[in-house]
Amino acid sequence: MKAENVIEVNGLTKAFGDFKAVNAISFEVKKGEIFGFLGANGAGKTTAIKMLIGISRPTSGEAQVVGYDVFTHPESIKKNIGYMSQRFALYDDLTVNENITFFGGIYGLSRLKIREKRKQLIEELGLEDIANKLVGSLPLGWKQKLSFSVSLFHDPKIVFLDEPTGGVDPITRRQFWEMIYKAADRGTTIFVTTHYMDEAEYCDRVSIMVDGRIEALDTPKKLKQQFEVDSMNDVFLKLARNIE
Amino acid sequence: MRTIGYIIQKEFKQIFRNKGMLPIIFILPIIQLVVLSNAATYEVNNIKFAYIDADHTSTSRTLIEKFDASSFFDVLAVYPSDKQATSAMLSGEVDVVLEIPNHFERNLLKEKSATLGVRINAIDGSAAGVKGGYINEIVHGFNREVRLKYMDASQRDIKPAIISGIPSFWYNTSLDYKTFMVPGILVLLVTMISLFLSGMNIVREKEIGTLEQLNVTPISKSQFIIGKLFPFWVIGLGLLTIGLILAKIIFNTPMLGSMFLLYVYTSIYILLILGMGLFISNYTDTQQQAMFIAWFFVVIFILMSGLFTPIESMPKWAQIFTEFNPIKYFVEVVRMLLLKGSGWADILPQLLKTFAYAVVMNALAVWSYKKVN
Amino acid sequence: MKRFIGFIQKEFYHIFRDKRSLFILFGMPIAQIMLFGFAITNEINNVDIAILDHSKDATTEEIINKISRSKYFSIKQMITRESEIEPTFQKGKIKAVLNFEKDFGKNLIVEESAKIQIITDATDPNTANAITNYINAILQNYQQSINKDIQLDYQIIPETRMVYNAELKSVFMFVPGVMTIILMLVSAMMTSISITREKELGTMEILLVSPLKPFQVIIGKVVPYIFLSIINAAVIVLLSIFIFKMPVEGSLFLLGAESVLFIITSLALGILISTIANTQQSAMMISLMGLMLPVILLSGFIFPISSMPVPLQIISNIIPAKWFIVIIKGIMLKGVGLPYIWKETLILIGMTVFFIVLSIKKYKIRLE
Repeated sequence: MKAENVIEVNGLTKAFGDFKAVNAISFEVKKGEIFGFLGANGAGKTTAIKMLIGISRPTSGEAQVVGYDVFTHPESIKKNIGYMSQRFALYDDLTVNENITFFGGIYGLSRLKIREKRKQLIEELGLEDIANKLVGSLPLGWKQKLSFSVSLFHDPKIVFLDEPTGGVDPITRRQFWEMIYKAADRGTTIFVTTHYMDEAEYCDRVSIMVDGRIEALDTPKKLKQQFEVDSMNDVFLKLARNIE
Repeated sequence: MRTIGYIIQKEFKQIFRNKGMLPIIFILPIIQLVVLSNAATYEVNNIKFAYIDADHTSTSRTLIEKFDASSFFDVLAVYPSDKQATSAMLSGEVDVVLEIPNHFERNLLKEKSATLGVRINAIDGSAAGVKGGYINEIVHGFNREVRLKYMDASQRDIKPAIISGIPSFWYNTSLDYKTFMVPGILVLLVTMISLFLSGMNIVREKEIGTLEQLNVTPISKSQFIIGKLFPFWVIGLGLLTIGLILAKIIFNTPMLGSMFLLYVYTSIYILLILGMGLFISNYTDTQQQAMFIAWFFVVIFILMSGLFTPIESMPKWAQIFTEFNPIKYFVEVVRMLLLKGSGWADILPQLLKTFAYAVVMNALAVWSYKKVN
Repeated sequence: MKRFIGFIQKEFYHIFRDKRSLFILFGMPIAQIMLFGFAITNEINNVDIAILDHSKDATTEEIINKISRSKYFSIKQMITRESEIEPTFQKGKIKAVLNFEKDFGKNLIVEESAKIQIITDATDPNTANAITNYINAILQNYQQSINKDIQLDYQIIPETRMVYNAELKSVFMFVPGVMTIILMLVSAMMTSISITREKELGTMEILLVSPLKPFQVIIGKVVPYIFLSIINAAVIVLLSIFIFKMPVEGSLFLLGAESVLFIITSLALGILISTIANTQQSAMMISLMGLMLPVILLSGFIFPISSMPVPLQIISNIIPAKWFIVIIKGIMLKGVGLPYIWKETLILIGMTVFFIVLSIKKYKIRLE
């Protein structure tokens, strides 16, 4: 795997019987970039991400994440990545502090480090008032930001975000992307899936999946040029129509 | 190691914060242990008794008085005719009807022999047998009195040889069913709580999505499982402790054997049950499914555990089946340790079998838990 | 109305697509009935006993032979000293020791009286009692055979008839109980889970906002389970009749009608539970932990209610299962019709109404 790549994927496939949810996709993700993994609902994004984060075994093909093979060393991958699921999976019956402490501990951070970083995180997000409230009582926007921060807590090399802005209002979405930028500035690679095409504009490069295959892969600017349109939304529509 | 600590901490917090579940885990079983143990008895008394006296003699009246005086029978009614007696039995008002026929006294004195009609509601077969036994006892006692009264001296010398079977009830001289049932019910409660909690716990994380989140972390299978099951193990032992204390205080259950031994055994037993719960939760997607499957096995195991009916009475194939029933071993051990004061050597077979079972079950559970699909 | 039917259809789909739950729903009663019919019994047979014979004469040998030929007992050990009794019991296999006194045969002839101590492990009092009674019966039998030349006058002979269950089959006692328990637990639990699941998932609010009235929602949720439970009940009854030869002395129609009534009572109880429980987990735990033991122990299913302490007898009256067991036993084994069980039927109807009214009240409170 090339030194500047965090992810290298070659012909990766996941088949359920005859149905190929992910059909021989190939791409690379460079260190520090914000990579948008786009596609319509049902295109295969979540299935693909599950293989990259080591909870789903690929049917065939190759993939390496942070230098480890997804077939043979999924557990080693997990030490170095962060993940934010579609459901912002935090424990509703634990407080903000407790959730942070828990995940920090699971990733092997020392007690001291956890305490330090937790304080930092709470300050950054302005969560002082609700640090001891149960996560279940928080509004969706807070949960989302907290979930993202927890995924970064152990300073992973790359963080995978699966539809992180679902159901959240536009202002919160903007704030969220600012958080993503900050993380990227610090050197964390961001791998984000979304079906909001406008968010594609925020990425360094995007790929578009249609029916299990990658039908487009480039920077947003170049894609818009290629398809002769003004927005990523139109890129997608044109792509979808071309396929038909 | 520390990772396990974090999981354990989280689990305990979640359990004790769940205000709805706490009473169910602790208070409900306690209430059941205290209240329901009093219900468990095979004793037969307050037998609903009625009679038809077609004789109306001093002999028949004396016989009825004997039943009246007996603490086992409640003489509820006298019926003028068979029809009413039958109707009363059908409606459940009475369970035993004694019919003293016409000319009873005359037959007894002149023909030297008379019959009595006895009808017993035998739907509960074993209780009916006991009732029949009591009736026979009273009738025979009455018979002896009659004989003594009317036999002449020469006859009185003819004594039959009598073999006396003298009962001696060990470990439970008063035949108190509670002594027998309380430890058993305690076993049940500990088992149910452990199984249901562990079975549902992991499925719930599956349902809300945190299980996936955990699978993406570097936590290992065994760390996860140990961390998850440990709190329930503690709760199970805690329940046992509370139950034993209550059993002693309220029911004065004997505790002749080594308590240490009991805890050693129970620790292994709970591990077995937790393993089962875990195994079940690995194969189900919803809490409902997990609960159903757990319930299915629990009810069958409870009924075949020797708690309510003796295992020795089951047909051979059923007895072989009970070899795989963990509850059977627990019931046996608890009774042997508490009520008879049995020792290490006596419970060794159960201990070893339970241990082996626990190892196999937990190995299966760990193996079937897949971090990677 | 069409919406309502559509809603019920959806409920049916939910149930039938969950293959695992379905399997348990139907498989469980069948498995239990089979077990109960074939394996569970109160009767004793082949009980392991030991003999402590201080006499070892011809008489004791005869008695011992007689006992060993009995199907109730299996003589597994001969012990020689009193001190061996305790350790034998502690090992757990031997349930009784028969202690023949010294010079047994001689005493019987000379003193006309001889003693055997029937020492039982009474940790299980029921078995201990049964063993004692059966041994005594065998002894009585032997006693009669050696006394048969002595004619006794003034004999009172009780002629005992066991009605409704002449062969004293324990199946007759257990099957109604098992049927009741299964119907009650399944109905109550399923309903409470189904409703709380919608609450947890948040789809309940959607339903409540829809044009369907709240009571339609509840009824719609419950209807599929009525059908399922009826099928269950029918399967159980058929199994009992054909495999265990349980009679149905009374009217099958009445049996069916009462069963439907009891199913509705249990479902109503399930609805009530769902108004108390917030999560599926609590609903399940309440249904199982809260209902199972009380129903098994207090319904008269295994332990006779009349023998329980009075406070518990009173409590048993609030358990619907108790009344239904009386009804089933009445119809199947005694052959009674409505005139004999109207009281119990009325009580069940009353309980159903009570549960439903209470549930509606609680629902209204929550919605406000």
